Amino acid sequence: MEIEKIDQIIDKHNGEASNLLQIMLELQSSNNWLPKEVLKRVSERLDVPLTRIQHIATFYKAFSLVPKGRHKVHICVGTACHVRGASRILDTVEEATGIKPGETDMEMKFSVETVNCLGCCALGPVMEIDGKTHGKMSPAQTASVLKNYE
Amino acid sequence: MLQIKTPAQLEEFREGLLSKRDPNKPCITLCSGSACHASGSTEVAARLEEELKTQGLADQVDIRRTGCHGFCERGPIIVIHPDEICYFQVQPDDVAEIITETIKGKKIIERLLYTDPVVNEKIIHESRIPFYKNQERLVFGSNGSIDPKSIDDYLAIGGYSALSKALTAMTDLEVLGEVKKANLRGRGGAGFPAGIKWEGSRNAPEPIKYVIVNADEGDPGAYMDRALLEGNPHCILEGLIIGGYAVKANEGYFYVRQEYPLAVINILHAIKEAERYGLLGENILGSGFNFKVHVHQGAGAFVCGESTALMTSLEGKAGEPRPKYVRSNVKGLWERPSVLNNVETWANVPMIINKGADWFTSIGTESSKGTKIFSLVGKITNTGLVEVPMGTTLREIIFTIGGGIPGGRKFKAVQTGGPSGGCIPEDKLDLQVGFDELTKAGSMMGSGGMIAMDEDTCMVDVARYFIAFLTDESCGKCVPCREGLRQMHRILTNITQGKGKEGDIELLEELAETAVEASLCALGKSAPNPFLSTLKYFREEYEAHIREKRCPALSCKELINFYIDPEKCRACGTCRKQCPASAINGDKKIIHIIDQDKCTKCGTCFEVCPTKFGAVTKLSGVPVPPPLPEDQRTIKKKSKENE
Repeated sequence: MEIEKIDQIIDKHNGEASNLLQIMLELQSSNNWLPKEVLKRVSERLDVPLTRIQHIATFYKAFSLVPKGRHKVHICVGTACHVRGASRILDTVEEATGIKPGETDMEMKFSVETVNCLGCCALGPVMEIDGKTHGKMSPAQTASVLKNYE
Repeated sequence: MLQIKTPAQLEEFREGLLSKRDPNKPCITLCSGSACHASGSTEVAARLEEELKTQGLADQVDIRRTGCHGFCERGPIIVIHPDEICYFQVQPDDVAEIITETIKGKKIIERLLYTDPVVNEKIIHESRIPFYKNQERLVFGSNGSIDPKSIDDYLAIGGYSALSKALTAMTDLEVLGEVKKANLRGRGGAGFPAGIKWEGSRNAPEPIKYVIVNADEGDPGAYMDRALLEGNPHCILEGLIIGGYAVKANEGYFYVRQEYPLAVINILHAIKEAERYGLLGENILGSGFNFKVHVHQGAGAFVCGESTALMTSLEGKAGEPRPKYVRSNVKGLWERPSVLNNVETWANVPMIINKGADWFTSIGTESSKGTKIFSLVGKITNTGLVEVPMGTTLREIIFTIGGGIPGGRKFKAVQTGGPSGGCIPEDKLDLQVGFDELTKAGSMMGSGGMIAMDEDTCMVDVARYFIAFLTDESCGKCVPCREGLRQMHRILTNITQGKGKEGDIELLEELAETAVEASLCALGKSAPNPFLSTLKYFREEYEAHIREKRCPALSCKELINFYIDPEKCRACGTCRKQCPASAINGDKKIIHIIDQDKCTKCGTCFEVCPTKFGAVTKLSGVPVPPPLPEDQRTIKKKSKENE
C-alpha cells in the first residue's frame, strides 16, 4: 500500500486518534489486509503506540494481519443457519478447499471465514462468496458452486 | 429547497408534498431488504424500470424500492398500490406479465398470489394474509410504504411531527416525563426502563452529554434492527433527536455493526437529508435546540453490543467492558453522561410523543408495554420479522403467524434472547411474551431473536453451539468468562462426540455458577443460560449422550450412522450418484450399501432418497447391521418371488 494512499485515508478522518477504528476499517477495506508498514504509518501519524494498534487489529474480527485470497467465502453459522445444517455446509467447504475458517489456501484462491448471521435467515443455510449470497444450500450444491470460481 | 424553520413551515411543506401525490396513481413497491435482495429483488427492479419504459408507462406508474416487509420466506415481494395487490417470489421473468396483466389489464395473476395453506385459498391483499393479519405493526409497518432514501416519503406519512411537537409544544422535562410514564423498556436486552436511564443522564452534573443508538445487533438469528436501519432510518433518527432534547445532549452517535454496510449508507443519507431540511443541526425548527449526529462502524466484536464495551470502542479502543461502579448514563463515553438505547427503543420514541404515554401503556402486559419485533427463524414455515403486542403467547407467534414447523415435523423448543437466552419447551408455549415472563421461564427477551427448533435439533448441540459462540466472542478480560466458558465448551463438545462421562453435568453446573456470579459484564454473567435452560428442560438428552452414547435427535455427527435398509432400497441409484464421498456401493438392481469407513455423514443420501422408498435411516446408540452378503443383494422382481 502506498504511503500517499494511507495518508489520504488518515486525513479524511482529520488525523484524529479517536477515529482510529474508522481509519483502520477503511484501510482494511481498501487493501484487504493490514501489513505492518501500514500499521506503523498509522501509529506515527496519529501518535498512538503500535501496541495499541496491534491490540485493536487482533481484537476485532474485521481486521486481517495476513493477505486474503481472491475469493472470500463466508459461511453463515448463525443460529438459524446452524439448526438448518450450516455445519454440513462448512464441512463441504473445508473438504473442497482444503482449508479451515480463518485460513487462505496456497494459491490465494479462497479465504474461508465463518460469520454469525448475515440477516437473511429465511434463506438458511447461507453461504456468501464475494458478497453474493447463495441461499438454501445443500452439501452437493455447495461443492458445485465452489467449482465456478477461478 | 429552503430550510424548514418553524413547525408551521413543516406542516405547510408536508401538505405541499401530499397535494403533489396522487393517491390513485399506481405505485409498485418492491421489497429490497437483505433477504429479498439475496433472492433477486435488484434484478426485478431493473426489469420493472425497463418494462415500464418499453410499454410507455414510465411516467404513469411509480416504483418504490422499500425496506424489509418482514415476510422474508416469500421474497422478493411486490405490493401494487392503491389496490394493495401482493405478489410473492417474483422473478425477473414475471415482470412483463405483471405490467401487462395487472397494471394495464387490472387482472390478478393467480400464480404469484399467496395461498393460505389451511384452506388452500388464494389471497390478494397483503393485510388479509395470516402472517400479516395477526400482527400489530406499529413500529415496523411503515417499512413497506417508504423509500428509505427519501425523506419526503417519511414526511408524507407524518414523519418528524413528533420532533416538531416535542421541540416546540413540550418542555424537555415533559418529553422525559412522557417517556417515563410510557414505561418504555429497552428493546436490546435487559429491558431497563428508558425513561429512568434518560433521567439519570439528565440529572448528572457534567454539562456535555451524549445519546447513542446501539445498532451493533450481534445476536445470531436476529435482524430486526437491520431491517429498521435499512428500511426506516429517519424514524430512529427522529427518536434520537427527541432523546437528545430530553436529556439535554447536543451530540448523538450511531454505532452500527460492520456487517451491515447498507444500514450505514442509509443512515448517513438520512442524516444528510435531515440536515438539508433543517431538521438536524443548529436551532432546529426555531426551538434553539442544536443537535449533531455521528456514525461509527463497529469492527466485528459481539461484546461491543454491551454498553461499556460499545463506548470504549467508540473512543477508538479495543472494545472491552469496564466495571459499572458508576453507570454509563452518568459516566460513559469520554467519561460523560451517555444514554445508550437500542435501535428499536429509539424507533418507539416518536410514536410515544405523537400518541401519548396513555395510548402506549394501553398495549401490552402489566410490566411490558407496547409491541416487540421478533425475528422468527429456524425450523419455521414463515420465516420473517413479526411485530406483536407484548403479552402475545409464543403459540400464537409460532403457529398462527409463523405457520408452525415445516415438513410435518414436531415442534421441540424455541430459543429466545440470543446467546444469553434460553430454550423454552413445548409445554410452556402458552407463555405470554414479556420481559419478566421470559426471564421467569429461564430465558430472556434479549433483542428478540426467536429460533424455532424441531425434533431433529439436538439440545446438547444447541448448548454447545452457543457456548462455542460466546467462548469465541469473550473479550478475555476476566477469568470466569474466558477460562470457564472454554472449559464448558470442551466438556460439551466431548458429550456431543460421545466422550462424555459421569460427573460432566455437575462440573458444567459448577462452572456455570461461577461464570454467573463472578463475570465482569453481562456477556459472561448470562453466558451459561443456554446450557442451564436446556439442562432444565431436556436433561434426558444430556444423559442419553453421556450414558448410552446416543443422540435422541439423531443429529450429533459422531453419534450417528447412516444406514440403507435393504428391505426398502430399490436400487434407484440417486444416493450413490450424489454422495460427495463416493461411499455408496451398488448398481442397477443391486441393493445399495454405505461404506461406513468412507462415509463423512454429510446426510446427502438421507435427503435425496425418494420419500416413497425412505430407505436411508439414521442410527444412534445401536451398532450398524453388517452389510448384506453379495449373493443376496440382487433385487428380484416381485412376480418372480411369488413364483
